[in-house]
Amino acid sequence: MEGDLAHIGAGLAGLGTGLAALGVGNVAGNFLAGALRNPSAAASQTATLFIGIAFAEALGIFSFLVALLLMFAV
Amino acid sequence: MAEEASTGGLAAFHPMDQFIIKPLFGDGPVGMFTVTNATLWLALAVLSVIALMVLGTSKRATIPTRTQSVAELAYGFIYKMIEDVSGKEGLKYFPYIFTIFIFILFSNYLALIPMSFSPTSHIATTAVLGFGVFIFITVLGFVKNGASFLGLFWVSSAPLVLRPILAIIEVISYFVRPVSHSVRLAGNIMAGHAVLKVFATFASLAVVAPLSILGVVAIFALEVLVSGIQAYVFTILTCVYLKDALHPHH
Repeated sequence: MEGDLAHIGAGLAGLGTGLAALGVGNVAGNFLAGALRNPSAAASQTATLFIGIAFAEALGIFSFLVALLLMFAV
Repeated sequence: MAEEASTGGLAAFHPMDQFIIKPLFGDGPVGMFTVTNATLWLALAVLSVIALMVLGTSKRATIPTRTQSVAELAYGFIYKMIEDVSGKEGLKYFPYIFTIFIFILFSNYLALIPMSFSPTSHIATTAVLGFGVFIFITVLGFVKNGASFLGLFWVSSAPLVLRPILAIIEVISYFVRPVSHSVRLAGNIMAGHAVLKVFATFASLAVVAPLSILGVVAIFALEVLVSGIQAYVFTILTCVYLKDALHPHH
């Protein structure tokens, strides 16, 4: 029974990775919106884009980590 | 995970089976110095890097061959990235950052060969890289700046009342860096390969088999993209952290 609850918890923690997808989409979408307004400045900001995506993704990774811990460590 | 392999109704294999580390010779226990499939694919990654960088550029032709062009392209790409993100002083650490990039890139791409093993899907591999960067940055920061490296946690542009609270947040985010740095790479690669296997499992049903094969092809193309991007992201974050070590003041 306890294992079943851990699996449910892992599934719930998995929701966090989906929410991180919203964040990443927000970063990329806003970048595109800005890039289309001023295409000449876009190329110099791709590094910033990827750093922003990486930071937005970081917190989703923690929920993924919680899911992994519930699946295999608890 | 291994014992669950036979219980799946549809699947002849478990999607996570591909990540099991087994000895390359015999079925003995995996010890500290056992040669495993992980060892094999790590070594192959290193050998391919040597083949590209040493053999490809040894002739130093004015009109480069295809191999030399690729090697020079990779070199110039990382050189420019460090220059843009960390500044000119960062170029001193080019060999380390380039090694990280090319090693992750090659392990990621070699892992896309069917039936191969993906070393970067294991947190054990990426944690060594991530914590290596973390220790390198911390030591470098203190060597370069002495105690003023702690200024990284003291946001001098913020109002004085907020600074202690920000300092706590900055300290936590600093120590969380190696975890997110390494789990991002391992998580992305592992999830991608697991999805490939899950789609491949559906191919055993004749009705959905064509759809499943199309799905595998599409996901594989996505994985080629993700492999490159994750190597890029890992490297650019290393450059960002290096910038923090060289110029700790906000």
